[in-house]
Amino acid sequence: MKQASGIIFQVLQSVLVVLIAPLVLGWVNQCRAWLQNRSGPGVWQPYRVLNKLFHKDAVLAHDASLLFRSTPYILFGCMWLAVGIVPVLATSLPFAPAADVIALVGLFALARVFVSLAGMDIGTSFGTLGARREMMIGFLAEPAMLMTLFTASLISHSTSLPTIVDTLGHGELVIYPSMAFAAVAFVMVLLAENARIPIDNPSTHLELTMIHEAMILEYSARHLALVEWATSLKLTAYITIGFAIFVPWGIAQAGDWEGLLIAFAVLLVKLALAGAGLALLETVSAKMRIFRAPEFLGTAFMLATLGMLIHFLLEA
Amino acid sequence: MPSLPLWSQLINLLAALLLLLAFAMLTQRRVLSLIRLFAAQGFVLALSTLVVAYTTNQPDLYMSVAVTFGLKVLALPWFLHWLIRKLNVQWDIETVINIPVQMLVGIVLVIFAFNLAAPISEIAGTITKSTLGIAIASILLSFLMMIARRKAVSQVIGFLAMENGLFFAATSATYGMPLVVELGILFDVLVGTLVFGVFFFQIRETFESLDIHHLEKLKDR
Amino acid sequence: MDFSSFRPVEAAVTLSVIWIGLGGAGLAFARAPRVVTDWVFPAGAAVALALALTGLWAMNAPVSTAVLPAGLPDLPFHVRVDPLSGFFLLLLGGVSFGISLFSAGYFRGSGDSSVGLMSLQYHVFLASMGFVLIADDAYLFMVVWESMALSSYFLVTAEHHSEQNRKAGFIYLLVAHLGAISILLSFGVLHGGHGDYTFDALRRAELSSFWATIAFVLAFFGFGAKAGMLPLHVWLPEAHPAAPSPVSALMSGVMLKTAIYGMVRVIYDLIGGIRWEWGLTVLLFGAATSLFGVLFALMQHDLKRLLAYHSVENIGIILIGIGLSMVFLGSGHPVAAVLGLIAGLYHTLNHAVFKGLLFLGAGAILKSTGLRNLNEMGGLIRYLPHTALYFLIGALAISALPPLNGFVSEWLTFQASLQAPLLESSVVRSLVPIVAAVLALSGALTGMCFVKVYGVAFLGQHRHELAETPREASRWERAGMLWLAAACFALGLLPVFMIGQLNNVSQALIKAGLPDEAMASGWLWLVPTSSAQASYSPIVFLLVIAAVFALTYLVVRQVYHGRLRRSDPWDCGFPAQTSRMEDTADGFGQPIRQIFAPVYLIHREIPRADDPRPVFKQEIEDRHWNAIYSPIARFAEFLSGHIGKVQQGRISVYLLYSFLTLIALLVFAQ
Repeated sequence: MKQASGIIFQVLQSVLVVLIAPLVLGWVNQCRAWLQNRSGPGVWQPYRVLNKLFHKDAVLAHDASLLFRSTPYILFGCMWLAVGIVPVLATSLPFAPAADVIALVGLFALARVFVSLAGMDIGTSFGTLGARREMMIGFLAEPAMLMTLFTASLISHSTSLPTIVDTLGHGELVIYPSMAFAAVAFVMVLLAENARIPIDNPSTHLELTMIHEAMILEYSARHLALVEWATSLKLTAYITIGFAIFVPWGIAQAGDWEGLLIAFAVLLVKLALAGAGLALLETVSAKMRIFRAPEFLGTAFMLATLGMLIHFLLEA
Repeated sequence: MPSLPLWSQLINLLAALLLLLAFAMLTQRRVLSLIRLFAAQGFVLALSTLVVAYTTNQPDLYMSVAVTFGLKVLALPWFLHWLIRKLNVQWDIETVINIPVQMLVGIVLVIFAFNLAAPISEIAGTITKSTLGIAIASILLSFLMMIARRKAVSQVIGFLAMENGLFFAATSATYGMPLVVELGILFDVLVGTLVFGVFFFQIRETFESLDIHHLEKLKDR
Repeated sequence: MDFSSFRPVEAAVTLSVIWIGLGGAGLAFARAPRVVTDWVFPAGAAVALALALTGLWAMNAPVSTAVLPAGLPDLPFHVRVDPLSGFFLLLLGGVSFGISLFSAGYFRGSGDSSVGLMSLQYHVFLASMGFVLIADDAYLFMVVWESMALSSYFLVTAEHHSEQNRKAGFIYLLVAHLGAISILLSFGVLHGGHGDYTFDALRRAELSSFWATIAFVLAFFGFGAKAGMLPLHVWLPEAHPAAPSPVSALMSGVMLKTAIYGMVRVIYDLIGGIRWEWGLTVLLFGAATSLFGVLFALMQHDLKRLLAYHSVENIGIILIGIGLSMVFLGSGHPVAAVLGLIAGLYHTLNHAVFKGLLFLGAGAILKSTGLRNLNEMGGLIRYLPHTALYFLIGALAISALPPLNGFVSEWLTFQASLQAPLLESSVVRSLVPIVAAVLALSGALTGMCFVKVYGVAFLGQHRHELAETPREASRWERAGMLWLAAACFALGLLPVFMIGQLNNVSQALIKAGLPDEAMASGWLWLVPTSSAQASYSPIVFLLVIAAVFALTYLVVRQVYHGRLRRSDPWDCGFPAQTSRMEDTADGFGQPIRQIFAPVYLIHREIPRADDPRPVFKQEIEDRHWNAIYSPIARFAEFLSGHIGKVQQGRISVYLLYSFLTLIALLVFAQ
């Protein structure tokens, strides 16, 4: 019975999160619009965009290879797996032991490599520009993320996310200074990896300022829809990883149906607050020059490493 | 791992914030953000002194909290704002060593400071014994900031941040200094800052710029 | 050696000798190159496979030793096969199987009689490596170590018409001999002046802590020189590109690993009593090597040089794992030490497999297009689809991406580094997270480098007008690459099996193994310590991604449609897209060049504004040449110049020397 309910929880969590990911993106954009005194397109806009894109005919360049065509599906699959692993709604799900925090970072790296290769596939200058910049951001963001997650792992003596959530959420309330450093570093990495201001402007139409958008310029129709959906899934995954580590209260245990309902409600509240916070951060910052981005991320990396050091020197 | 009482954890958290602010000051290029960070550091310092005062029941530390707050969060930052407006120096700071290298050296300094403080922390009996290392670290980091900067105003801020670190060391290791000593130091700092201000005007008149490398022209040959 | 009982040691010796025989046969048939490529190399491949199986057998069998009927009368050769040798024999056999299959196709068509000579050198090289792994006394070890260096030198300078190759060979031989001297001295210290030179005697020697440290330093630098560790790595980027591609694969994939074998054997087995300071040294050198290697790899536009620098990086990663293990062992935490050792050894195997694959891919490209410079390649995925697929697998594996094998060993290394809270010394405790950070950084930079390599070489438009349409690699070549790619998948998806075997190695070496809970989780989940602490299932990874892929594909087509049409690239409306508009390899590496500028020595030639034919040149040089090697070379020349004065050229002076020597002997003989 525990097995079956675990599997139901797993499927439920994955499907639920995949379905509400565009809503999260829509909410962030709507908050940004309100903060900038515009009326905004409404929180359901990403769904309309996805629907429109799926209806269109796909147009591919003559030289597009099989790699180019399969990347959107691979991306979507990676992000689906990511939200299946992160204890969004419940811990001790059957898939959760499939990956720990290191494997999660590796999963995001896999997605990043594939989308960069797809950017280079057609051979346009913008595609390679986007790929080059994305890898430049990625080579610092990935270690910074890893170090942040290691800080949490060192505190809970485990790299397995459910154990981390259990230790930090259901253990006694202790204030960890190293988590303060890790939290700052995590927010910086989240902004960088999800192509938000101050690293990248997700709504720009000037190609020379693009990072993420430049790589996917050649995609259209259902491919573009899947890439956009995967992007919103990635943002949701990062936010929920942040919740799991820094704000882990409210996550249910598997098999506990009431806990699941509470967890879902808590999740919605947390997502709303996080989305508003993200919109606020984006509104008060300006986009950086491209070569300030490595400095920004270098700072995140150093902060995360410093967090780990503080843990060793103060808390152990 | 047996967890510490809530007050110790709070002090640890504030200590970590202090260190975070010291690091953040290393990476800032603009004077305005430096002043804001300095004010934030003063605030964190006042808070931690408040917590120490409350848990150790030392009413004269409350006085010290008030003085710290008044001086470091209000008076000095206001004075610095006035100074930079008068000197017209809201520009980007060029640093002598680039920022990632500074952060690397900063991390090495932190490890060094902690190793230095480790034997002392063992024998100290206060609730804040593990924070001595952080205090020494933030002193060293502010010193690094002073070395790495070209413009005079940021060097003053580094000097003031160093004093913050010293103050924190005092509260964490010995539950504050005798009030007289503390007031004396604070007045010294105030007067020192005023003197700095006067000097800046002089430097600017002589060299048309506040870049301290111009002071090298004062050599004999 | 008596054949009445067939144990792993008899098998290993026989197979290595067969290799030598095959080499000789290849030389005998030099006039008929088709025979060599169609029979000798595949036979070598079969021997390799048998050797791999022997290695696997040896990891699960008791230790076997023998004395060979060769060597000097008083110093016969001793051989021994234990689980550690078995693991490396598996590595040697498995990887050279794929490489020999590839060579069967690669050397075909070169037509001339050099194939016979190459086959001799190739198989002698393989046999020497085999003997290095099973040698049980210092004498045999040094003999086969030397023959390994010599045979590979001849292979490196196979195309000796180019001066660059000759220089590369010279540097290679020089550093190899410096390393060999250091190893010999280390054996000497262990020998201590009594007993014989067998490894058993060296093992039992009791050394004071000072002499043990001297032996460690000598062994570390000696084997490190062969492994390509900083700062003795300078020969690697010169020698590996100069050799023919299958040989580069063999050198990068297998020869560097014999150096790791030597290090582990001498330090763990012969010297023993490991101190944590040694481990810290290994750890720091490993971290520096890995970061340095990948930073320089990013700057290369010659494909084989780039891969050579990546070998430097991966040796660094292996050393990080081994260093961690030594630190834990020296501080009295054997279980964490096991984790570090397994991580290091697993990465050794992984690197051999994927680096071999990548070099073979580079060889296939070179053979089909004649191109080695990335800036001239492009769009090769259309002409070489199979090579492109295998190269992609190799690139994903080396970038440590799940679910392939590179990720498993990096994962294990991270898990080992997370055991750092067990240590007491606060200096080491603070350094381990920094090393983990450096490891993460090199992993991410590797990903960037291989996006560059794959994107520039295989994707996009072709930059160079090729004389003829490139043809896909031949069947032998594809077979070799397929074998190694399949190994990448197998080692990535089913790591538990290999870790179980490595557990045997670690039991034999340091008398400690993984906790029982670790091995009890079955083949699906990789659990090194306990499942609450960390677990990873690559198969679930792959299955979920594949399932979502398939499901999405079908559902989208069902609910919407699957219509598709082709047209010109969008490119934001730019009408004329040429191949010059996409990034070159150097262009892709520009951000790294800018961020890490102080690490490199960059020589730039920027044209003047009024230059009628402007040319921009940029050269990246390794600082080690100027900092270390040039001063030493100049000093050596200075010394030899002065000593050369002894050679007067006048006969009377030489007679005077003989006279003086005679007098001296007469005086001392009293």
